Amino acid sequence: MPKLTINNQEVDVALGTSIIQAAEQIGIEIPRFCYHDRLTVPANCRMCLVEVEGGPPKPVASCAMACGEGMVVKTDSPMVKKARKGVMEMLLINHPLDCPICDQGGECDLQDQAVAYGFDRSRYSENKRAVKDKPLGPLIKTTMTRCINCTRCVRFGEEVAGVTELGQLNRGEDAEIGTFIAKAISTEMSGNMIDICPVGALTSKPYAFKARSWELKKTESIDVHDALGCNIRVDSRGNEVLRILPRLNEDINEEWIDDRTRFAYDGLKKKRLDRPYIKDEVSKKLRAVEWPEALSYLADKMKTFKANNMAALAGDLCDAESMFALKGLMKSLGADNLECRVDGAQFDVTNKSGYRFNSGIAGVDEADAILLVGTNPRREAAVLNARIRRAFYERNIAIALIGEKMDATFEYEHIGTSPQDIEKLSNARTGFAKTLKEAKNPMIIVGADVFAREDGLALHGLLYTAAEKLGVVKDGWNGFNVLHHAASRMAALEMGFTLTNPFDLGEMGFVYLLGVDNHQTLDNIHPHAFVVYQGHHGDAGAHRADVILPGAAYTEKSGLYMNTEGRVQRGRQAIDPPGQAREDWTIIRALSEECGNALPYNNLAQLRSALTAQYTAFGMVDEIAPAAWGAFGDIKGTVTAKVFENPIDNFYLTNVITKASATMMKCSAEFVMPDETLKAAE
Amino acid sequence: MLSDKDRIYTNLYGFEPFNLEYAKKRGDWDGTAALIKKGREWIIEEMKKSGLRGRGGAGFPTGLKWSFMPKELKDKPHYLVINADESEPGTCKDREIMRHDPHKLIEGALLAGFAMQAHHAFIYIRGEFVHEGSEVVQAIEEARAAGLLGKNAAGSGWDFDVTLHRGAGAYICGEETALLESLEGKKGQPRNKPPFPAMAGLYSAPTTINNVETIASVPTILRRGGSWFASFGKDEKNTGTKLFCISGHVNSPCVVEEEMGIRMKDLIEKHAGGVRGGWDNLKAVIPGGSSCPLLPAEICDTVLMDFDSLREVQSGLGTAGLIVMDKSTDIIYAIARLSYFYKHESCGQCTPCREGTGWLWRVMTRMVKGDAELEEIDMLLDVTKEIEGHTICAHGDASAWPIQGLMRHFRPEVEARILAYRKAKKAA
Amino acid sequence: MKKSNAINASFQPDSFEFTDPKAVKEIIGRYPQGREHSAIMPLLDLAQRQIAVTGPYGDLPIGGGWITRAAMDKIAEICGVAKIKIYEVATFYSMYNLEPVGKYLIQLCTTTPCWLCNANDIVKACTDHLGIKIGQTTKDGYFTLMEVECLGACTNAPMIQMNDLYYEDLTGEKMIEILESLKKDIIPPHGPQNGRRGSMAITGPTSLQEQAKKAGVL
Repeated sequence: MPKLTINNQEVDVALGTSIIQAAEQIGIEIPRFCYHDRLTVPANCRMCLVEVEGGPPKPVASCAMACGEGMVVKTDSPMVKKARKGVMEMLLINHPLDCPICDQGGECDLQDQAVAYGFDRSRYSENKRAVKDKPLGPLIKTTMTRCINCTRCVRFGEEVAGVTELGQLNRGEDAEIGTFIAKAISTEMSGNMIDICPVGALTSKPYAFKARSWELKKTESIDVHDALGCNIRVDSRGNEVLRILPRLNEDINEEWIDDRTRFAYDGLKKKRLDRPYIKDEVSKKLRAVEWPEALSYLADKMKTFKANNMAALAGDLCDAESMFALKGLMKSLGADNLECRVDGAQFDVTNKSGYRFNSGIAGVDEADAILLVGTNPRREAAVLNARIRRAFYERNIAIALIGEKMDATFEYEHIGTSPQDIEKLSNARTGFAKTLKEAKNPMIIVGADVFAREDGLALHGLLYTAAEKLGVVKDGWNGFNVLHHAASRMAALEMGFTLTNPFDLGEMGFVYLLGVDNHQTLDNIHPHAFVVYQGHHGDAGAHRADVILPGAAYTEKSGLYMNTEGRVQRGRQAIDPPGQAREDWTIIRALSEECGNALPYNNLAQLRSALTAQYTAFGMVDEIAPAAWGAFGDIKGTVTAKVFENPIDNFYLTNVITKASATMMKCSAEFVMPDETLKAAE
Repeated sequence: MLSDKDRIYTNLYGFEPFNLEYAKKRGDWDGTAALIKKGREWIIEEMKKSGLRGRGGAGFPTGLKWSFMPKELKDKPHYLVINADESEPGTCKDREIMRHDPHKLIEGALLAGFAMQAHHAFIYIRGEFVHEGSEVVQAIEEARAAGLLGKNAAGSGWDFDVTLHRGAGAYICGEETALLESLEGKKGQPRNKPPFPAMAGLYSAPTTINNVETIASVPTILRRGGSWFASFGKDEKNTGTKLFCISGHVNSPCVVEEEMGIRMKDLIEKHAGGVRGGWDNLKAVIPGGSSCPLLPAEICDTVLMDFDSLREVQSGLGTAGLIVMDKSTDIIYAIARLSYFYKHESCGQCTPCREGTGWLWRVMTRMVKGDAELEEIDMLLDVTKEIEGHTICAHGDASAWPIQGLMRHFRPEVEARILAYRKAKKAA
Repeated sequence: MKKSNAINASFQPDSFEFTDPKAVKEIIGRYPQGREHSAIMPLLDLAQRQIAVTGPYGDLPIGGGWITRAAMDKIAEICGVAKIKIYEVATFYSMYNLEPVGKYLIQLCTTTPCWLCNANDIVKACTDHLGIKIGQTTKDGYFTLMEVECLGACTNAPMIQMNDLYYEDLTGEKMIEILESLKKDIIPPHGPQNGRRGSMAITGPTSLQEQAKKAGVL
């Protein structure tokens, strides 16, 4: 524990702490461009120079110098100021002064530091260097003349995203960043390069020239494109979302988000349901109606069905409140047929530890051996995947997969494809079984979709047995993890929006779809069933509907979400729903009144206290309610040899928002189906 | 003047074949095993006693450097890396050792390797030295065939081998950590220190990097004794013999081994045939390779060629490559051309060097014509100060020093050039 | 021109195979196990030499050694590193030619020590005699002129490097003789062109005179 003095302030730091980190601990900010606390340290920008007394008579890079006992550091001495001014001048001589037309303007590190260390005029009278822009794909706009060669993007690509495609080529003043083979960067995490770029070299292509950062309203919220619950900031102007950025949350997404979370927002403006519709019973055509007509028509219809002939399904993007309200409505009608597992998954819902990510997402940082079962985390939870990548990159942990092969960003051993391989592994004494058993913090990550099979319960039981035999649960460590990718799923399960014994959807006469658009479910609905679709996009669900109730997308409502860990988080409304669309719980509340059985809350606060009163976990925002480990699934059941398949083929088109997003379409064409796109172009 | 019997490099000009047979006749590989049997402490002590300072430019005491290696071999092997990336303009001494006396280098590698508990040495040779590299490889193969390398090398009980690695054209790889990066198959971009190579060098293993001349001097020093070597030189901090390269405006440029601390004037007159047109025709000398600030004739009259004497006159011994310039020299261009060199060879990593070397060169290029303002001289010096000391490696410093030297001693000439240009422009 | 421009250029052929797998194996074997990446530079050199023999690619009738992108990709595969890492290395070092060059690559040193000894005369002799500028290749594919930085033979200035060979102590006339000889595919003896031995003083060695006498130099 070295103790040192920085600007006359004493500070104790952990061994290996750099001076820049130590300074940060006591609130002294040292300017930097290349240094980033989640990346390796090249110390190339030279902006963080500080004076260390007693050392050589020149300043040292505080990012690369570890604190030593008794060190005396000055961050604001004349030597330091002069050095930084010099570095600043060097950074600016070849940097274009195009701040007025630069999207980084207002949130540019270079601009900020120039205020502190810049000269009032340039002494550089030579020609400035121009650097050719690089085609990096549909998401990242490059203005490489602005690049200061800090190499953050290069390091991010290699170390976090796990795709070593960017590099710094040539040398000296010819040094340039790029891929150098006209090719987009094939990572789901590419947008983060925009964030970490300290200048305007890499900016957001979809956001280009849309706004200046200071004119945006910033709303802190939660992402719904997967079940991690990444913390986001929704930047809007008027009633339009203009961009989405990550918020720091060390336990979940650190400071990253994937490209779907960041760039799918243009889908929020397209194909929106902005008013209620009723399908004409004769012409079978949809007719736009006003709210009162839609609700009274629907309420009248609902009265014609028997409770056990009615079902309600909750889709992947629902907030907890709307599901709670829908459950309340259905229960008030005596209907029990509720289901959130619209993918047809069958697993034991009686024991929470059996279906959640018990170690916590940050648990990956402690894991020293990981078994993946039927999951491709890169597609199902790209941000989690980045943590696994880091564990591999930094600690070279052992990773194995039972399931479909994948294009991973880490090396893994492929040890099987079917449930039998799990069985084999749990009975083995050598190989990866040994690795898991000997690991301090062994981990199994099971893709939630593996349970979408007839023998799901038996498989669940088999996984319990495997977890026990392989010793992934021990004192102070629960390494059994189920990875969901539907943002709504855990909250729905928490509030029992499911049945232990599944009902036959095909038998139902009345089906209430709360944002359900997957074909698998829709195809199972009886052709003559009366279908209500409440949601925000005119996608598959709306096409099947007899009544359409326009709801709000996640940016347009406040709502609670429970992520795959079981952590409750609060999303906040950034803009209003379009047209006549309403926040979802209010629609259900209004319908319940029409049905003659008004739900007992008149505002969101009342709803939340009702929800919390019944399901206490929802009262613990940002926390995870504990779940005791215990047996789950059909332990004695038999499993078939059906192999596991990865659920997501196309990362960019996974839900109604992404499907409406032109940006996501472009990504899909560029990264997922380039051959098809080429054919289409011909 | 040093007498031939006290010269280490007795085949400097290649009067004899470089091969093992002749090398042995010259005294190489004589009692190598016996030297090793005396133990690594003895070797390091003798090296310390000899006062040998690194011959690559920085002049760090060799024995002390070796003693920084971990005392015990742990999980990682130790490496000796020999810096044969001779690229400093004005320097061409290691080339002579490698092509005419490679066995001195290989024997020295074994002795040094043993002293630092390395079983493997890499010689990093600049890529352009194809011919020299192939001769070193031949010598290595000869040594292997004769049992001087390999298991129980030279009967010493120590297993040792040497691998030659060719660079590919990058001055910066002469910087020891850039060299390591390059040896690992990467761009030659210098590493941050600490960790120092003795702790984490090649493949993150303890490594010592020494210049060719340093290592090649080791066998003779050990055979004749550290005190023998220390008996030459100006004082106890500037000892031994040294290869000097004298190029530029001299009547007979050459490489020669002389005593450390020899008078510059003697060196030039006795060995290089004197300055073209006589000593009085001397304008300036860059005494130690291009990075060392030049010295005007009046200092050259008396200055001694050793680390400390040259430091006292704000220059340095560097690699002991003297670039002699007579009065006909456009001294501004001579330095501007070096600025181009440093710009061309900057690795591009650190901001001040990547951006600043180009700036220096562009301003210098204008100053050659005189197309500049008088105030720009001070600005230029200020820019050199913005680079100097602010980068990971010394390349930034090296780009700054020649210009600082120029302005220190020839500022009036630069000013005159500017004024003349202005006058000519006005007249036009 | 920036070296990186070549990577996407139209003259790039599609594929590359090393013709001497033994040489590849030998190179990798020089380095400790698991350190195949150390072989990147020697393999780039091997590829360049191979193409000098098997080439030419592109429009030139004959040519010298250069490294195609396909060769870089192949080396990435052999060494188990990302392609970009090879591009980085190939564009960093000046000796890797990333576009076609002439059969005889004339590398002219013009750094200060050579410049002091009239390197400009040598440059002028080359450009005048061949009718091309620095950076250009003769139409017949025989010669490329390239300006390079100090080649470490300063006491033998001015000098050039032709492919692997150093020609030292040059004059403009000597340079033209060399070019003329190369046009006939006769490679003149390399080394000092003024008759002296290595880097000894032209007037006779000032040291090691006994050895010089033995060797018949004095």
